[in-house]
Amino acid sequence: MQIRVNGKELDVAATTLAALLEELEYQNMVVATALNQNFVRAVDRGETPLKAGDAVEILTPKQGG
Amino acid sequence: MRDRLTVYDTELSSRLLVGTAQYPSPAILSEAIKASGTEVVTVSLRREAGGSRAGESFWTLIRELGVKVLPNTAGCRTVKEAVTTAQMAREVFATSWVKLEVIGEDDTLQPDVFGLVEAAGILARDGFQVFPYMTEDLVVAEKLLGAGCEVLMPWGAPIGSGRGLNNRFGLEALRKHFPGVPLIVDAGIGTPSHAAAAMELGYDAVLINTAIAKSGDPVAMARAFALAVEAGCLAYGADPIMPRDMAEPSTPQLGRAFADLSHA
Repeated sequence: MQIRVNGKELDVAATTLAALLEELEYQNMVVATALNQNFVRAVDRGETPLKAGDAVEILTPKQGG
Repeated sequence: MRDRLTVYDTELSSRLLVGTAQYPSPAILSEAIKASGTEVVTVSLRREAGGSRAGESFWTLIRELGVKVLPNTAGCRTVKEAVTTAQMAREVFATSWVKLEVIGEDDTLQPDVFGLVEAAGILARDGFQVFPYMTEDLVVAEKLLGAGCEVLMPWGAPIGSGRGLNNRFGLEALRKHFPGVPLIVDAGIGTPSHAAAAMELGYDAVLINTAIAKSGDPVAMARAFALAVEAGCLAYGADPIMPRDMAEPSTPQLGRAFADLSHA
């Protein structure tokens, strides 16, 4: 399935947001997620289905001003 | 010296807030934060390639410093982007504080104040404690307070420009208009003297990033800013004299030698 992750087109097997994080090796990292510009809480990732064309953001803590 | 600064029920003894971006190395960032004496640092959320641990090691470093974090929504250009970013930051950083930026213009990085007011209202209703990055506009200030903000962060000058207090009159007017609201100058400060000037106007704190991080010696500069902020704060509390047009001798005239001689 073709989705967009952090602005890049990816072909992924995952069908939920939680599975996507595992597939992309984020599972042990501190990240925040959004699906189609809507925040998805960590506890809801397992029940958040993905469909073709979705846009996912996976963000981590970074330096900021 | 004024009392400690209270922002959203949190008491701070340092009136210097420090950004964490653009330092030459994590070690220098860490030392600069210590040298600044700050209790609050700004952080952000960004994309990271899967497998990279840069974000995580940064976050570990900040936690080890034991300072409070103020996550920003830097770079967001719409209300939706800013609100979603704030929600993501609240989960990751475990704080309801957010430095709300809704950027409206590329050259100046000045805030889109219309989007800012709208986003501030949405976030405040959702339980966020919003620190809005704003222009020094009295009307916008009023609307942000009405939207639920209890702190205001007017710019000194465009982000990263180092130009100091671009509109001193406007900042002074804002201070006088909202005497009870914590006001923090955010953005544009270049040198410790700019920070001292903001504090002498009665501002409650300043937020500095580029001026420390991009200086030749960020650790020394962090300390310089700490001293300047303290000096400005102390000076404001001590009620500075007003400027005057004509000279007035500081040494007593009475008893001056040769006072009887004419120089005509």
